[in-house]
Amino acid sequence: MNVLAPRRLGLFLLLAPAVLWLALLILLPHVEVGLLSLRERVGPGEFATSFKQYLTFFDEPLYWHTFVRTALMSVIVTVLALLLAFPVAWSIAKVARGRVRAMLMAGILLPFWASELVRMLGWLILLRGSGVIPQLLFWLGFTAEPVELLYHDATILVGLVYSSLLFMLVPLINALETLDDSLIEAAYDLGGNRLDILRRIVVPHAAPGIAAGCIMVFMLTLGNYLTPVILGGKNSMWFTEQIYTQFITRFNWEQGSAFAFLLLGLSSLLVWLGLKLTGQRFADSMRRT
Amino acid sequence: MPPVMQHDAIDLSVRGVSKHYTAFTAVDRLSLDVAKGSFFSILGPSGCGKTTLLRMIAGFIAPDEGDIVIGNQSMRGVAPNRRPVNMVFQHLALFPMMSVGDNVGYGLARRGLAKAEIQRRSEAMLERVGLPGTAGKRIDQLSGGQKQRVAIARSLVLEPTLLLLDEPLGALDLKLREHMKLELKQLQHEIGTTFVYITHDQSEALVMSDQVAVMNKGRFEQVGTPQQLYYQPASAFVAGFVGNSNRLEVNLSAAGEGTAASGLPLKLAAQQGDSSGKQVLFIRPETIALSRSEADVAAFDNRLPCQVETLYFDGANSTVQVRDARYGTPLHVALPHTGQHADLQPGETVFLGIRAEHAKAFRE
Amino acid sequence: MFKQASKLSAGVMLVACALNANAADSVLRLLTWADYAPQAVVDQFKKETGITVEVTLSNNEEMISKLRATGGAGFDLANPSQDRITGPAREFGIYRPIDLSKVKTANFIPSMLSATEKVTGLNGKVYGLPLFWGTDGLVVNAAKSKAADYGDLCSAQYAGKTAVRLKRPTLIAQAFAMGKDPFKAYADPKAYEAIMTDAGNKLISCKKNLKYFWESKDQLLNDIRTGEVVAAQMWDAGGWKLNSENPTLKFVAPKSGALGWVDTFAIPAKAKNLDAAYKWINFITRPEIAAQVAKSAGSFTAVKGAENFMDAQMKKQLAESFPPAAMKNIKWYPAIPAGLEEIDGKVLDRVKAAS
Repeated sequence: MNVLAPRRLGLFLLLAPAVLWLALLILLPHVEVGLLSLRERVGPGEFATSFKQYLTFFDEPLYWHTFVRTALMSVIVTVLALLLAFPVAWSIAKVARGRVRAMLMAGILLPFWASELVRMLGWLILLRGSGVIPQLLFWLGFTAEPVELLYHDATILVGLVYSSLLFMLVPLINALETLDDSLIEAAYDLGGNRLDILRRIVVPHAAPGIAAGCIMVFMLTLGNYLTPVILGGKNSMWFTEQIYTQFITRFNWEQGSAFAFLLLGLSSLLVWLGLKLTGQRFADSMRRT
Repeated sequence: MPPVMQHDAIDLSVRGVSKHYTAFTAVDRLSLDVAKGSFFSILGPSGCGKTTLLRMIAGFIAPDEGDIVIGNQSMRGVAPNRRPVNMVFQHLALFPMMSVGDNVGYGLARRGLAKAEIQRRSEAMLERVGLPGTAGKRIDQLSGGQKQRVAIARSLVLEPTLLLLDEPLGALDLKLREHMKLELKQLQHEIGTTFVYITHDQSEALVMSDQVAVMNKGRFEQVGTPQQLYYQPASAFVAGFVGNSNRLEVNLSAAGEGTAASGLPLKLAAQQGDSSGKQVLFIRPETIALSRSEADVAAFDNRLPCQVETLYFDGANSTVQVRDARYGTPLHVALPHTGQHADLQPGETVFLGIRAEHAKAFRE
Repeated sequence: MFKQASKLSAGVMLVACALNANAADSVLRLLTWADYAPQAVVDQFKKETGITVEVTLSNNEEMISKLRATGGAGFDLANPSQDRITGPAREFGIYRPIDLSKVKTANFIPSMLSATEKVTGLNGKVYGLPLFWGTDGLVVNAAKSKAADYGDLCSAQYAGKTAVRLKRPTLIAQAFAMGKDPFKAYADPKAYEAIMTDAGNKLISCKKNLKYFWESKDQLLNDIRTGEVVAAQMWDAGGWKLNSENPTLKFVAPKSGALGWVDTFAIPAKAKNLDAAYKWINFITRPEIAAQVAKSAGSFTAVKGAENFMDAQMKKQLAESFPPAAMKNIKWYPAIPAGLEEIDGKVLDRVKAAS
């Protein structure tokens, strides 16, 4: 034991909750799932090590179609959420003041006090054939009969954007708040127009926040289960649903584990790609979250 | 206000401009002309409305009434990015996400100049402000003074009719501030662009400006050269705000006579011609003669035997605090730069001499 | 440091376990379907035996998944369907044989008891006791639809107004509607796969016609009430519930046969409170209690004499939906051999993916 030992011990104790959290709740389950994904059932209760689960994924078009579809939709949701959240974040961070601002923030957070399930059922009530919006459209004469607005891909997008908007808003508001107003004025003063200021000043400043928001939304959307299942129609396919199905209704934990690992790999890859393309660093973004 | 010269020699003309807010009036029917190529300062305490005025000139705030004319063109309805005016912000507002060169080139790029031309002009301007070869640096690699110069270069490269400066030296430390004052004046002199500079620091205004407007509560108290403000203040506010003064409450008994609140009788110069009433009296410390012998001050209108209380040694700015032996009136007196009287001791008796024209009385 | 910490946590866990064990004596952890343990019955059981029933609601797949995750621990009694017992019991070892000496077998209708004993028998031991039975058939809005068989759900005249679940009973039903017998093919995976693939293709071509694959019973019932859905494959209890509200909504036994299921009592392999489990079995199978639960679940019991306590309305509905020929035509699920569900799964995936 050296002189530094007591300090090391202190450091260890301080970090212990985080380390234990990572080890017990993140690392251990992943190792377990990883091992499971490398097994193959050869008989009742008998297993052998193999890559069959991963091969099945590539052999069966359904699985990787779902996989690609999920990734694409998640990217679309992320982009939509960014486009929608940006003006809102701007008005909260830069336009609203005092009480109005506090109320806007509360207004955004309020729906999230209800569970995701309740919020999705809310959409169900609004959009179903006999629901509020189709009836309204019918009554106003826009449609010849009440149209079913549920069970389309667009519906899933709406639901996903809605449920992930908050996670885009918060980092964006944080990022925009730290933007000194005088920078915008200066750019304006030097001859910049709105679009130009947005592109050259605001977006570069908010970039770490944008990246943080996009990572959060992308991850949450990719891993969302409830929304696609509830709002998605008979053609809706979501990769988490596949994982759930494999685990719960097929009792095929090995296949489910392989899918889970593929999803993990996909999300990591896409996040890495996104950061690379926009020249952001992961650490900067995480600091903004 | 200086007489309006030829019309085309005026770069900025503010005509009866007001700005009202719910609780108060920030700018109250102000008019102002700034001659081409001059260094014009607006001096006033914080909250006097000078920033509002500047932001109206820049176009960030629209006046409630009146008009602002820049280079013979009314600026009514002209957005800030279309005005021939550029501004150096209080905290400089350099773009941290861009290099020094891109900061300077930002405005040029907005005008759609070719890349090579932008680079050439930016680098020339950086050289002009004494920062050659810094175009590739990041903003956070610069010192405070260098940032200052980049901010000015960023505006000047656009060759504006008018450069507005919003207390840009405020954030610098004292030594650098003193240095930048001279440098800024020099730069303005070389480039010849009209500068409108706002500050609450009278020393900045006096050192750099051709003309200074002293502003208080939304109005100008006096507009003039630094010398005029210093030697011929037009109001109690200007006399008190510009330079240091002994400030005494007096009661006028005749046009040239009065009595301080302490009972001290004084010969003075009532600036507004009054012969009675309560007024405030300003005497600058350096206009007071001080001697150990009464005979030396015999020629002065006011002769005061005093007791030395405290000596404040500050090199060329050394002063002494004395108290009138008969009435107990405290006075601040500057010590001669020659070093004479540097040996004064507390308790010693000295004689002060004050000319009546240096004791300026104003209505409050 | 670590050693001490682990000792400490081990200690805490021991104490926790001990407390748990004490509490377990008076608790029955029941894994069952909605409506199979109505509060009144749970209260009465508590009054008579002092045992508290902790109910966890589930379905066939989840029951297996939950028990598989713990190797058969965490629950003292479950109510899986009889065809879902031997497969998982063999594959995952999640159930234990039932000790018939502790069960009042006289409470059961003998023919049903013996049938279930046969279906749930494994290595000469019995793993399940019958509790309720019911059928899967069609719920039809008689005013707007004349659907009489599973195949009619795909008829263009009901386009966008029919619904099925994306689950194996739907495939089985379509197979029967196509004149095949998937149950006979249980023993021959190749033949079974062929039948299921055909049924899947049928469902794929039918997909455009469906409003959705329903997931939640309440959602489907609501849409039938509002007329958004005019015919759907569903189980009888739901259909009769609607029928009680509105006589034009009927439960119809399809021409090719309703699918019959029996829900059972099965005991998880690592059940702790066996005594309470048997007590609950013997309690529920009293005719008057069975009738009460049957009413709550809308199903029929395998309990002898329960029909004497049964609702007249339900008897009437049963008679209307099942004329004697239809009753005879019910296709009862045999036990599913392990591995078949994987075939179903792939077919269902393909249906889902097709557009």
